[in-house]
Amino acid sequence: MLKTTVLNAAHRRLGARMVDFGGWDMPLHYGSQIEEHHAVRRDCGMFDVSHMCAVDAVGPDVKPFLLRLIANDVNKLQRPGKALYGVMLNEAGGVLDDLIVYYLTDTHYRLVINAGTTDKDLAWMAERLGEWRLDVTLTPLRMGPKAVGMIAVQGPQAKARVWQALPEIEAVTRPLGRFFGVQIGQFFVATTGYTGEDGFEIMVPAGKAEALWNALLTTGVKPCGLGARDTLRLEAGMNLYGQDMDESVSPLDAGLGWTVDLKSERDFVGKAALLAKGQTWQFLGLKLLDKGVLRAHQKVHTAQGEGEITSGSFSPTLETAIALARLPLGVAIGEHVQVDIRGKRLTAQVTPPAFVRHGKGLV
Amino acid sequence: MHIPADLKYTPSHEWIRIEADGSLTVGITDHAQDLLGDLVFVELPEVGKELAAGQEACVVESVKAAADVYAPVAGRVTAVNAAIADAPESVNQDAYAAWLFKLAPTNAADLAGLLDAAAYKAAVDAA
Repeated sequence: MLKTTVLNAAHRRLGARMVDFGGWDMPLHYGSQIEEHHAVRRDCGMFDVSHMCAVDAVGPDVKPFLLRLIANDVNKLQRPGKALYGVMLNEAGGVLDDLIVYYLTDTHYRLVINAGTTDKDLAWMAERLGEWRLDVTLTPLRMGPKAVGMIAVQGPQAKARVWQALPEIEAVTRPLGRFFGVQIGQFFVATTGYTGEDGFEIMVPAGKAEALWNALLTTGVKPCGLGARDTLRLEAGMNLYGQDMDESVSPLDAGLGWTVDLKSERDFVGKAALLAKGQTWQFLGLKLLDKGVLRAHQKVHTAQGEGEITSGSFSPTLETAIALARLPLGVAIGEHVQVDIRGKRLTAQVTPPAFVRHGKGLV
Repeated sequence: MHIPADLKYTPSHEWIRIEADGSLTVGITDHAQDLLGDLVFVELPEVGKELAAGQEACVVESVKAAADVYAPVAGRVTAVNAAIADAPESVNQDAYAAWLFKLAPTNAADLAGLLDAAAYKAAVDAA
């Protein structure tokens, strides 16, 4: 039995092609995934992201808990509402999950974790709390009166459309910088996203989610499925958990070194393993120069040895195939490499791992 | 779902038009393109290639996935629709106009094994 979000009926009414995404019945597209992709790059689209799990972490020990739990440094969060992207590691330095942490008050942080890892993450966090004897209560905002739906509205026109649908939030959210979240009445509105475009991610009480979805539809926001979400995040060079990294992969080998704080004295789970092992791969982009489509798990042949594509697809914006890949150290940006596609070796160029920002190609 | 009555089909979602000269024109069905989503790449077979029945003839790739297109019967590739390589989306727009390759069947009697529209519809409905 697949799990459903509070917007399931809304997707079906719109004629969405539904798929099993890690046990969740989610929209893949509502007709054309490429049109949805372009809508986000050129205008505005929205995604149901209610399958992801928001978790409130509340208690006197919440800060020391997160300082030890997460490889990024929660001390960076100085202003209420500020958000931080980071990874939660196991002792071996493998990535248990990537997540966003919002600092709300000194005793209240909010985490957003992946759908497929929710149960594992909650169990891991509960175990660490017990082991470290810390006073923190974790409340997933999934069931009961605190349950939320989450809608990501993304694109150059996203904010304007949200303000049209929810005029009461404009005054507070207009001056908000990047990567901030703020509670306004029943809405938690954040300037975060997974597309490389401007926009908001909005949490709303579960019972109000469909009304918000419909209000956004009325203002002309295009509903977008997981298909477009994947090509948008790939173009933006954003990692997907379970594909670009997992428990067997160090964040240093998955292009997430920038989220790992190894300089300060602070200890966190996995730090010793990361320091012992160091970086053994580099995580870069590929742009296919020949015709074809790059896909996850294709082998990459370089002068320094073999690598592997972790995410690949056709980029609707660049109209060519692009990929994120784990490549041997020493491979340089600009180099040509060979990708094995059905027994043929096609030529690709190594690029920085970000292809499109704010509608514009970078490579 | 659009399944023209004048074409033949395979359970693997190829459509086949039997031309007056006995050659076959092959494409993928409307149902197949709908399953795949937006097509972005087509790798056509080489003209002159001899294919066994059910052998991979070419590959169509959508944003989502790659799918093989199979030879409906044994035969030799006599032509390919080169325009498709530059406009894979034409398969999404009209799957029955966007043919992929033409085949000269090795044995005309093999055509009896192809599905008619009613049998193909039944196969799709049963899946």
